[in-house]
Amino acid sequence: MQRSNTYIIVFSAVLTIILGLLLSGTSVVLKPLQDKQVDLDNKKKILGAVMDISSIEDPNEILSLYEKRFSSIVIDINGKIVEKDKKGNPVIAEKVNIQKNYKVAKEDRLYPVFQFVSESDPSKVEAYIFPMWGAGLWDWISGFVAIESDLNTIKGIAFDHKTETPGLGARITSDQIKDRYKGKKIFDASGSLVSVSMVKGEKGLPLDDHHIDGMSGATLTGKGVNSMMLNYLECYKTFIEKTKKGGVSMAMSN
Amino acid sequence: MSTETLEQTIVKEPAEPLLSKRRKKFITDPLNEDNPVTVQVLGICSALAITIKMEPTLVMSIAVVFVIVFANLIISLIRDLIPGRVRIIVQLAIVATLVTLVSEVLKAYMFDMYKVLGAFVGLIITNCIVMGRLEAFAMANKPYDSILDGLGSGFGYAWIILTVAFFRELFGSGSIFDFKVFEAIGWTSYQTNGLMVDSIGAFMVLGILIWVQRTKTGYVEH
Repeated sequence: MQRSNTYIIVFSAVLTIILGLLLSGTSVVLKPLQDKQVDLDNKKKILGAVMDISSIEDPNEILSLYEKRFSSIVIDINGKIVEKDKKGNPVIAEKVNIQKNYKVAKEDRLYPVFQFVSESDPSKVEAYIFPMWGAGLWDWISGFVAIESDLNTIKGIAFDHKTETPGLGARITSDQIKDRYKGKKIFDASGSLVSVSMVKGEKGLPLDDHHIDGMSGATLTGKGVNSMMLNYLECYKTFIEKTKKGGVSMAMSN
Repeated sequence: MSTETLEQTIVKEPAEPLLSKRRKKFITDPLNEDNPVTVQVLGICSALAITIKMEPTLVMSIAVVFVIVFANLIISLIRDLIPGRVRIIVQLAIVATLVTLVSEVLKAYMFDMYKVLGAFVGLIITNCIVMGRLEAFAMANKPYDSILDGLGSGFGYAWIILTVAFFRELFGSGSIFDFKVFEAIGWTSYQTNGLMVDSIGAFMVLGILIWVQRTKTGYVEH
């Protein structure tokens, strides 16, 4: 049966409105729950960079562990602590959106630093965790790099990605790849920043302190990870050097 | 009481039983002889992509069954209102809405699953099985029959991908639902098969499945 154009237009409009209302309604109702999940996932990743949390099932336990072991600060590219944003609102490291900051110029970004503190002495930092963001092969990749208190050795790493190829680039989230970074150094002997990069190919050969084995079939994802690491470590460099000289506590009292 | 039934039978034809022979076929046909994956060869993309492990596969199956059943029901209910010239767009809009709902609910309640399945839940929209059933069945049949048809096709898809996932997880990761099978029976030296984790493994398992099934049913491609 052929129907008039008016009927078709009215039908489509009504359908669109009904479906639109349904979708936006669901989105509004589920948003708080989803935000909670994202926050929990973020903290899991930060924790995962420094310790094995795969045995902890209870989300509350993870959150309380995070509260206990982490103190976080936000810095700018010069390594100075940022306490208030341009509008004068206090800045919270966990709330800083790395993806949004990735899109603005390096000088204007906010850089959160998550400090993993000693269990007995909360003023002693055992590791610094630097979040980073970059481009993989298909879409964004992100990472949390944990550096030991010597500010040179990698303690652990956690990656995430949106749609890297399963079985190839998506392997960056596997323990196998993450373990390769452990113990590697980001500064060379003369003290200049070289980062740690994946080589092309996966031969399993022993490599120096600044290189790790690549991922077979995922060279482009590997390149993305390498440039993300180098880019962000450059941005954190001033902070790292200041901290090495013990300058952070001074900045904090300012 | 007896007169009442008598009267009814005279006035109108007896209602078809809820699960008559004809209706049973809606469910049983897609499970075997008219299986959407192995016979019609639809929905292969997701069958390859998400069958590395049982758990995400199960979630995906439930999502697909949900989407097919409700899309079939909704389209069947409004089938007389849908203008023929825009029917594909209408079907697509309904499927897309249902899929987005599933995706949002996963994100809120099963975030880890949401991360694993990610794009593939969204890709249910383009799963030919869903659109195929809407166009071929729900547009021309009553709501109840359409629900049965949806269940049939959904389960037909589900059991195939679950079987594929069973073998892929067993040989590829040495586990079932993340339970280490080989370690449990004392075979700790089992070397996991990397091929099974790749999509190639899915092709092979699926191919063998199709072979076995066609040998049994005697189905030949025309």
